[in-house]
Amino acid sequence: MRVLVKGAGVAGLTAAFELAIRGAAVTVAEARDALGGNASWFAGGMLAPWCECESAEQPVLDLGRDAADWWDAVLPGQVTRAGTLVVAAPRDAGELDRLASRTSGHRRVDEDEIVLLEPDLAGRFRRGLLFPDEAHLDPRQAMAAFYDRLAAMGVEFHFGADASAVSGFDRQIECTGMAAGDDRLRGVRGEMLILNTPDVSLSRPVRLLHPRFPLYTVPRTDHRFMIGATMIESQSVGPVTARSMMELLGAACALHPAFGEAEIVEAGVGVRPAFPDNLPRVEAHGSTVAINGLYRHGFLLAPAMARQAAELIFSHDKPVELAHETDRQRRSA
Amino acid sequence: MFDLLGTALSSRLLLGTAQYPSPAILADAVKASGTSVVTVALRREMAGGRAGEKFWSLIRSLGTRILPNTAGCHSVKEAVTTAKMAREVFGTSWIKLEVIGNHDTLQPDVFGLVEAARILCDDGFSVFPYTTDDLVVAERLLEAGCQVLMPWCAPIGSALGPVNMTALRSMRGHFPGVPLIVDAGLGRPSHAATVMELGFDAVLLNTAIAKAADPVGMARAFGKAVEAGREAFGSGMLEPRDVAVPSTPTFGKAVFA
Repeated sequence: MRVLVKGAGVAGLTAAFELAIRGAAVTVAEARDALGGNASWFAGGMLAPWCECESAEQPVLDLGRDAADWWDAVLPGQVTRAGTLVVAAPRDAGELDRLASRTSGHRRVDEDEIVLLEPDLAGRFRRGLLFPDEAHLDPRQAMAAFYDRLAAMGVEFHFGADASAVSGFDRQIECTGMAAGDDRLRGVRGEMLILNTPDVSLSRPVRLLHPRFPLYTVPRTDHRFMIGATMIESQSVGPVTARSMMELLGAACALHPAFGEAEIVEAGVGVRPAFPDNLPRVEAHGSTVAINGLYRHGFLLAPAMARQAAELIFSHDKPVELAHETDRQRRSA
Repeated sequence: MFDLLGTALSSRLLLGTAQYPSPAILADAVKASGTSVVTVALRREMAGGRAGEKFWSLIRSLGTRILPNTAGCHSVKEAVTTAKMAREVFGTSWIKLEVIGNHDTLQPDVFGLVEAARILCDDGFSVFPYTTDDLVVAERLLEAGCQVLMPWCAPIGSALGPVNMTALRSMRGHFPGVPLIVDAGLGRPSHAATVMELGFDAVLLNTAIAKAADPVGMARAFGKAVEAGREAFGSGMLEPRDVAVPSTPTFGKAVFA
């Protein structure tokens, strides 16, 4: 079977993989000239389904809990399994209780344990939550490694290509996010920064709770830190606004004052495609299967969505239970 | 029915639309609350012109009346510009006017508020000013042309509930004929019931519902509390007494303290 995957973001790459291991001849067509520039490129890369359930619905946990295993198996060495540390200033201790009551898979940590986990945060926070089973990866490194792995498996890539220029496929998988033009999708703008400072070392993603300016920072290699991310109901891809940058930097300095001396290596903007319930969908329309609406959970949910899409294509007889059709626990009738 | 500036509304609860886990949950919460007016902020979505159009169309599809707001505006100029854009985007002359004076407490800048209210009223807007419980400021807002007032009962998002009952009572007493909507600071349904019992005409909330563990359940609870408080206000509540009064007559017993 010859399958065309449109889009080389995390949805397209994972779909290409799930199809290729099932024996399909896969071609990936990406409108951009290279990997990157899409929402996946600006992602945090946190595999944090337990934390996310603070505001996300149950399917995010159900579909995302195996994501770290999946990435680890497919791209050995890319995943760091060190959990997520959540802290709050003493004034905002109520936010920690609120998060603890809404999520599972965590335990309380005191000042001593925070210092053991992240020595650079010594003396700064007295209470926190550790989500020990969570993990993270660097989206850009992971995508580059994924490209190499797929190419080695025989997947063909066409960059800067109009997908209509390639033809002769039995099936198509539509993974272009906002560009798919689905009327039900809206864009949720996310602004992020990459800071560089040798003065801070962190071993795991750290979330700083704040009633107005919550922040996460994900350590990358070479003393770099991804700082994110705003959530704005807008599909503008325009440059980061001054206000957003002030909020992100203010929160970063509250986490550790040394971020005040960091270099701002990059200020990026991605637009997350989202359906009204903020849950992803796999849908079949004729010979096309669409994966979309990954919202802020691209790396977390793409493996499960890719598997569903591949099953839809390869198992015609068996009904496949799709994510958006599972029980929406928090919604009342 | 609640008559608000000539519009008959079936509910005295107004709902903000920010911070919900998803637009789908927002839609369910709106339905469960029974509200007939929602507010929506434009300021943060303005960066790319109409880049927030998709979210606004989701708000329009809720089927309620829309009260756009100028949340996040710190100057008269910003607030006036945002109000004009809101009128264009939502086709309504209603505007909830916020001019923030303090970044930390989100207290209204009452001087800028009065000035912006005057400009917008002169321009044909129906201005719903987010104000403090200060009577003199309230008078100035009415002089500027406002026909409704929205006093806070505590800082925005604080969930403290009514922190100054005396001021709220006095406001209600001073402006018996002006629709008064308590905006900001309510944390739980009992807070909403309390201010409705004082005779306030309606309440406006956002965070207390949007950030609840179950926003839909909380929306329903607030809807009931607002109704209960209003009905209690109209039904003549007992004043507190410092002796016990048995609800069953105690004829034949000889104990009288």
